[in-house]
Amino acid sequence: MVPTDLLYNKSHEWIQINDNDEATIGISHHAAELLGDIVFIELPSLDDEVKIEDDIAVIESVKTASDLYAPLSGKIIAVNQKLEDNPETINEDPYGEGWIMKIKINNKDEVDDLLKSAEYQASIEED
Amino acid sequence: MLINQYHQNQPIKYPKIKDLPRQYARDGVIGLPNISEPQVVRHYTRLSVKNFSIDGNFYPLGSCTMKYNPKVCHSLASLPEFADIHPQTPENLSQGTLEILYNLQEDLKQITNMDAVSLAPAAGSQGELAGCLIIKKYFADKNETIRTQIIIPDAAHGTNPASAKMAGFDVIQIPTCENGDLKLDDLKQAISEKTAAIMLTNPSTLGLFEPNIIEISKTIHAAGALLYYDGANLNAIMGKTNPAIMGFDIIHTNLHKTFATPHGGGGPGAGPIAVCAKLKDYLPNPVIIKKDGEYHKADNKNSIGKLTANFGNVGVLIRAYIYIKLCGNEGLKRVSEIAVLNANYLKTKLEQAGFDIFQPKKLCSHEFIISFNKLKKETGVTAFDIAKRLLDYNIHPPTVYFPSLVPECFLIEPTETESKQELDNFVEIMIKINEEAQNNPDLLKNAPNNLKLKRLDELKAAKELNLRF
Amino acid sequence: MPYICHNKDDITQMLDDIGIKSIDDLFTNIPAEIRCDNLNIDSGKDEMQTSLYIKNIAAKNASNIKNFAGGGAYHHYIPSAVWQIASRGEFYTSYTPYQAECSQGTLQTIYEFQSMICALTAMDVSNASLYDGASATAEAVLMAKRINKKNKNSKKVLIPQALNPAYINVIKTTIQNQGFEIELLNYNEKTGTTISPQDNQADDVFALIIPQPNYFGNLEDIDNLTNWAHQNNIIVIAVVNPISLAILKPPAKWGESGADITTGEAQSLGVPLSSGGPYLGFLACKKEFIRQMPGRIVGQTTDEYGKIGYVLTLQAREQHIRRSKATSNICTNQGLMATAATIFLSLLGEDGMIKLAQQNWQQSHQLQQILQQNKYIKILWNAPFFNEFVIQIDDVITVDDLIKSVSNHNIVMGIKLENNYPNLKNCLLITATEMTTCDDMRILSDTINENIKTLC
Repeated sequence: MVPTDLLYNKSHEWIQINDNDEATIGISHHAAELLGDIVFIELPSLDDEVKIEDDIAVIESVKTASDLYAPLSGKIIAVNQKLEDNPETINEDPYGEGWIMKIKINNKDEVDDLLKSAEYQASIEED
Repeated sequence: MLINQYHQNQPIKYPKIKDLPRQYARDGVIGLPNISEPQVVRHYTRLSVKNFSIDGNFYPLGSCTMKYNPKVCHSLASLPEFADIHPQTPENLSQGTLEILYNLQEDLKQITNMDAVSLAPAAGSQGELAGCLIIKKYFADKNETIRTQIIIPDAAHGTNPASAKMAGFDVIQIPTCENGDLKLDDLKQAISEKTAAIMLTNPSTLGLFEPNIIEISKTIHAAGALLYYDGANLNAIMGKTNPAIMGFDIIHTNLHKTFATPHGGGGPGAGPIAVCAKLKDYLPNPVIIKKDGEYHKADNKNSIGKLTANFGNVGVLIRAYIYIKLCGNEGLKRVSEIAVLNANYLKTKLEQAGFDIFQPKKLCSHEFIISFNKLKKETGVTAFDIAKRLLDYNIHPPTVYFPSLVPECFLIEPTETESKQELDNFVEIMIKINEEAQNNPDLLKNAPNNLKLKRLDELKAAKELNLRF
Repeated sequence: MPYICHNKDDITQMLDDIGIKSIDDLFTNIPAEIRCDNLNIDSGKDEMQTSLYIKNIAAKNASNIKNFAGGGAYHHYIPSAVWQIASRGEFYTSYTPYQAECSQGTLQTIYEFQSMICALTAMDVSNASLYDGASATAEAVLMAKRINKKNKNSKKVLIPQALNPAYINVIKTTIQNQGFEIELLNYNEKTGTTISPQDNQADDVFALIIPQPNYFGNLEDIDNLTNWAHQNNIIVIAVVNPISLAILKPPAKWGESGADITTGEAQSLGVPLSSGGPYLGFLACKKEFIRQMPGRIVGQTTDEYGKIGYVLTLQAREQHIRRSKATSNICTNQGLMATAATIFLSLLGEDGMIKLAQQNWQQSHQLQQILQQNKYIKILWNAPFFNEFVIQIDDVITVDDLIKSVSNHNIVMGIKLENNYPNLKNCLLITATEMTTCDDMRILSDTINENIKTLC
């Protein structure tokens, strides 16, 4: 089961809404499994303004590379630099140490469109 | 062992060049090996025998047309009269090379039935880029810069979308039906005033001739857009149909596939492009013209420009021309006939042996797909495992996991230069491997078992990047 | 002669097994409206006839040419072992090493190629090769745009006019729809080297190309150009001649922090001139930029027993996986040419390469001295140069006429510069390599004299 305290989107990202309109973003365990062993991540630059669905990061495994799309519009306020040296952390702990970035949300309406954990769980079971 | 691991000779201390100012000069050693010729020859000879090759192995690598490369093409192209010509040699000293290039342009025009040819692209992917640049420029000249999109089926070679992107287009991907045909409804929906072109391979990467090609080309042309033909699969249709008659406006051919020039461990290729009359002036420079019995290089004023510093891969072009002269009209037609015969025979034999053929009821072109999805579910053995087991039987595996529409697939292209005996042998080995998959799946999961190396750790290669000594 | 093994019985049997009556039945899936039944080319001939026919055409090329043209393609000696090994069927008729376990020959050879390109350039990493020097340089421009994070929105690439004009043209073709601009840097007409750009020229620039030697053969002030670029957050692309690197400062050592990307043409390493191709482009870079590098890359790894082997790596950058988001559309490398170059570099080795580079330096300087004594010829510049230099012909004759009349003596005089450089009236780029003998040099000078005398 996917953690119930998080929100999700269809591209298998999880979003945790924190105080002060900030959100932490990572990829789901399911996504990490699909990618396989992750060998590299290209993180976004701090302070970049991003629009929802912009491609903002690239996650690379042995066989494939996958874009990460901004689940919300806003400004990048933190990136998990530890992943640059240890990208496998995303495979090992996708919901914890494997978080990828934090965004300062600038359009709260977009949060309403994100998937609840049950909806996301249902969507991956369909696949 | 690596070339730098032999016992190295002490470097000679050459005196420095007097008039080379220090600020431009190199300090310290270069780090190249320093060993004698017999050691070098033995080193690379030993390395060479670690390769599977067409000369030594059945090599049914789908989409790559791994046919026999006639030896004479290499000997003749290596003649000093061809090999020693500098690209800036005046035309009066290089009429021989220019004559061959001109004749090759003419022959390719005939074979594809197109109106004009440029031999400049150094590879298929460069041909695609040139084609996309032509499309861009053609519409810019017509003040139709709104046409920013190129439609590409999801089964296309990866180079198609990458080339379209490099030429500045957005890529619109359209799906393929379960039976392998293009989804006409989706195509029609995808077409708009923004459509510049569609890029198609026909027969498709699924090894099937697109039955709706006439309607597709009418629909695209009615929308004012162009049709681009990826000529990767030309080996299936020579003398039976051609890109012009199908309605294509721009095509590239892969000389290293259809025209038997060497694959060389991955290049050099050559990817001449051909166009219909209205696009002639956009061809990349230079083209070869004949005037008063003499041959000249000429530039098109409206050309998209140059693709390589000189004139494409002339050495490859000469080899392809020689191959065309050897085969000739009837021979090239025979090439396609037997390539398609071999593929359909192999497909039938494998089907009779119980393998899962993609679209078994249809005739295939020069290649076809089998899927091991069922086998994987039953035994856990994957297409990848079977590919590795084929190595134990001295066969180069077919293309695996492409096209991605069919799960756990092999794309098998035997080519016309394989004998019936070789095909029968392949079928027997596949039957044996299938039995092994049922009875001893570990044998496959651990394959290759008979080569000097077991499976290599790709994760380690990507994580602990070691790219040089 | 289509190289088919089947006899009649085979074909009958195969058609029978498929369940059809004739070969024509194999093509019933092609709609009748688009069928054809002919290719309209000549009939095929056997190997002997074809061989005679081709040799006949080959004889229309001049042989034993004395060649003084360079400009990015050079006539060097190729040791016999190079192509005797590279032409082995195992190298010549294999393909891209997707199946690593049965492609170790090709893979290890490319690994060694990458290593030796790194040794020559002193760069951290190299790819498995690209089509030629020009397309490699165009790829480097696209790559520089991707890696320049500091001048993120910049649109310009600074290119010296003294870069090979064919390279400039290929860059134009390649980037024409990418929204970039090219700004040309002039050369100093007194020295034949690039004028250092001013700081106000750095605006909106993401990359600077530095050729060494430049198209005229002259050595550029690489250290200052590199430092200027880096002070302005501009990526430095070095374009070099690999043979010269045996004696010239390698790009990684230019200025304070070295070039970021290095490209060049490696035809001179064992690849025949062959009218311009197939040649061998290379591209090397600093390690931090590796994921933006185009083309194939081979890495060392181990099998499950710890035995060393080689695989294609970082494939996720490439078109067959990333499709429209790939770093480049390039698919093949120039595998066979890279194999030849690797064998060439191994045969010559450290000693041989230094000796070769010195010979090229000396021969070209000797040619310059000889031509200096010719009263119809002016040596244009006296900057340090490698392999080639610019001469101006007395205006009693046009360069075109002279090239033409000298060519009747089987001499390729050099490359006319006026088309690309209108200021360089009646000028020629003249080259000497280790293949150019002192006799050849005197013959050139004498032939020039005689032809001018007869024509004027």
